[in-house]
Amino acid sequence: MPIQVLMPALSPTMTEGNLAKWSVAEGDTVAAGDVICEIETDKATMEVEAVDEGVLGKILVPAGTEAVAVNSVIALILEEGEDKGALDLVEIEAQTPKSEPAPIASDMPAEAEHAAPAPAAAPEILEPEYDGPMINQTVRESLRDAMAEEMRRDEKVFLMGEEVAQYQGAYKVSQGLLEEFGDKRIIDTPITEYGFTGLASGAAFAGLKPIVEFMTFNFSMQAIDHIVNSSAKTLYMSGGQMGSSIVFRGANGAASRVGAQHSQCFAAWYGQVPGLKVLSPWSGADAKGLLKAAIRDPNPVVFLENELMYGVSFDVPESDDFVIPIGKAKVERAGADVTITAFSRMVGFALEAAEKLAEEGISAEVINLRTIRPLDRATIINSVQKTNRIVSVEEGWPQSGIGSEISAVVMEQAFDYLDAPVTRVTGEDVPMPYAANLESLALPTPEKIAAAAKAVCYA
Amino acid sequence: MAKSAKNTPAKKPAPKAPRRRPTKAQPAPSAEELLGFYREMLLIRRFEEKSGQLYGMGLIGGFCHLYIGQEAVVTGVHANAQPQDSVITSYRDHGHMLACGMDPNGVMAELTGRAGGLSKGKGGSMHMFSTEKNFYGGHGIVGAQVPLGTGLAFAHKYNEDNGVCYAYFGDGSVNQGQVYESFNMAQLWSLPVIYIIENNKYGMGTSIDRASSTTELYQRGSAHGIPGEQVDGMDVIAVRDATASALEHVRGGKGPYILEMLTYRYRGHSMSDPAKYRSKDEVSKVRSEQDPIDNLRQLIIKTKAADEAQLKEIDGEIKAIVTEAADFAKSSPEPDPAELYTDILVEA
Repeated sequence: MPIQVLMPALSPTMTEGNLAKWSVAEGDTVAAGDVICEIETDKATMEVEAVDEGVLGKILVPAGTEAVAVNSVIALILEEGEDKGALDLVEIEAQTPKSEPAPIASDMPAEAEHAAPAPAAAPEILEPEYDGPMINQTVRESLRDAMAEEMRRDEKVFLMGEEVAQYQGAYKVSQGLLEEFGDKRIIDTPITEYGFTGLASGAAFAGLKPIVEFMTFNFSMQAIDHIVNSSAKTLYMSGGQMGSSIVFRGANGAASRVGAQHSQCFAAWYGQVPGLKVLSPWSGADAKGLLKAAIRDPNPVVFLENELMYGVSFDVPESDDFVIPIGKAKVERAGADVTITAFSRMVGFALEAAEKLAEEGISAEVINLRTIRPLDRATIINSVQKTNRIVSVEEGWPQSGIGSEISAVVMEQAFDYLDAPVTRVTGEDVPMPYAANLESLALPTPEKIAAAAKAVCYA
Repeated sequence: MAKSAKNTPAKKPAPKAPRRRPTKAQPAPSAEELLGFYREMLLIRRFEEKSGQLYGMGLIGGFCHLYIGQEAVVTGVHANAQPQDSVITSYRDHGHMLACGMDPNGVMAELTGRAGGLSKGKGGSMHMFSTEKNFYGGHGIVGAQVPLGTGLAFAHKYNEDNGVCYAYFGDGSVNQGQVYESFNMAQLWSLPVIYIIENNKYGMGTSIDRASSTTELYQRGSAHGIPGEQVDGMDVIAVRDATASALEHVRGGKGPYILEMLTYRYRGHSMSDPAKYRSKDEVSKVRSEQDPIDNLRQLIIKTKAADEAQLKEIDGEIKAIVTEAADFAKSSPEPDPAELYTDILVEA
């Protein structure tokens, strides 16, 4: 049978075009790649190449024809050995624009196809029980111990970043690691965030387990393309073939008097991206147990620390096996009147606020989110069903923040339980000022949190 | 920018004759090797022509970047590859996947967005991977594959597997900052990577001399001490030989190497590009004088590696493979809707 040459589309939106010119005549021999005609639309003119070889048997659409539908047959090519008589055998049928894919074997009921997936009944994640010995140490030491323990456990884990090796960490988080693990696994990089984040993402594709330290997360903006486009999306784009086990960690949020470019919370930024997990510890136990979980996790994890917490001491389980499950918030203080959610340094502020509120007879429940993505919705909703009021606290900006998300979740899943509007305490909607008084005005405080809690309690 | 106020472009010096480091002589290719090259290059070309055709029929959507004209580059480089080596490239990636031995049916079905595609229909033309063949994509962000490939090289060194990464990128990406961040670290840490710049003279619609302050791209590593070489990327034997001598350097632990392949893409940047930025004469001159497949065909006949009838037989075999791939890509079902929510995270 002769080969049918179809009117091609120049773009996915093109439905018809003009056949401007034939470059070959009936009877000419054509080879694959030869230009046979030109087609044009109001936007462009393009040459059409033959895909098969043979003799141009018949031109069905003459040059100059306008509005030729895409996929209609414009010519016939005779294959080797075919004579012109074969042309008469062809019945030109109207081509459907797309061939019908074979039916899909699916268990999904048709009406469910376009519906958002029902929130799956998440398996209960339990807080690990630990009654072993405790050690009092700083958050900085807890983070270091987490990395050291995981590096002893798995040879594929390595740490790279600016000043992590010889300098022992810009904030001394990696103290002693170079001495124990050597320069093959504790790697000082040049100041080149885009480059070394890309390099680490590639190493993770190859099966290594990099820990990338950003001196602060502000600099991760140089590298966000690799965190989002390379690390977070590749598992999906590869149909599940190529995941990457990689941790991006460092100081996040406001430090002290470092100005706008060094004081920003990225929880909402990374928390929006499917394919990432986002963790933000508050206590020493959080720091150790969550960082160990992050390193062991087979997915890209963004781990948001806080510089002002590095020197704070907590009692921390003294065990290599203490790992906190990702996706589980912790009720740090039980209460009955109002729920306060917070993460990172703000958990401490929320607990202070709860103390003040208690003095005034208001019982606040404080939830330490610990995981930003996947957010532990169940713990939040359970609490709101009990307290009927919620205040969300974060250092970051208000618009599209973590509080915005919590507010939406509570509206969707616990609307009937609310006795007051969901309220947010956030960083002010300004770049961080340098002046001491302005800086403290720009950030949440225990007083602001307590005031918000009283407001929703109408107290 | 007072200098540009006059709006008269500075007169550029005439391009110098290509300077090349002398490539070490390699043994002449055997008849078997020549026919292997022919087969591979022809497969890529016929596959790409068929992709263009399916795109025209509305079966392939979105962006589709064809490799026609550049076949000798990936074929000549891959002739030297060892099983442990890794490959990474940009979104003009179909040829690289075929050269790595990935299944043409799976590649074509990914182009049509079907369940039988290599990424189960979730990646598309620009995003395919094969951990089995050490092919690490397929990346849609211009230049991103350069640090990623440098990271693959880092892993080769870390794992001490004697592997090399072939990181391909185009002349359009050589002005991305991350390329130089990668060059710096690769040389600093002596990483086993060959940077293969496929200079097809146009980054989308902008010619290289309108985009690059210096157009001798093989010298782009000189600030980092990385040796480079300019190669006739339309000549598969020259590509094979240059890669072999670069590999001696890289596998010998001396760090990265840059190969600038002078090549040409016959088609537009992507399917919807009418290519107004270059003349038809320019394209047809390259096609008639430098076509890598035609020239290899002539060499095969001249050296009596095969006769016309044998080549014709290969043509038929390739046509059958491509026809089968297209049939598979048309008949494979669309992905199950349930696939929308899979492969986002690896279950721990």
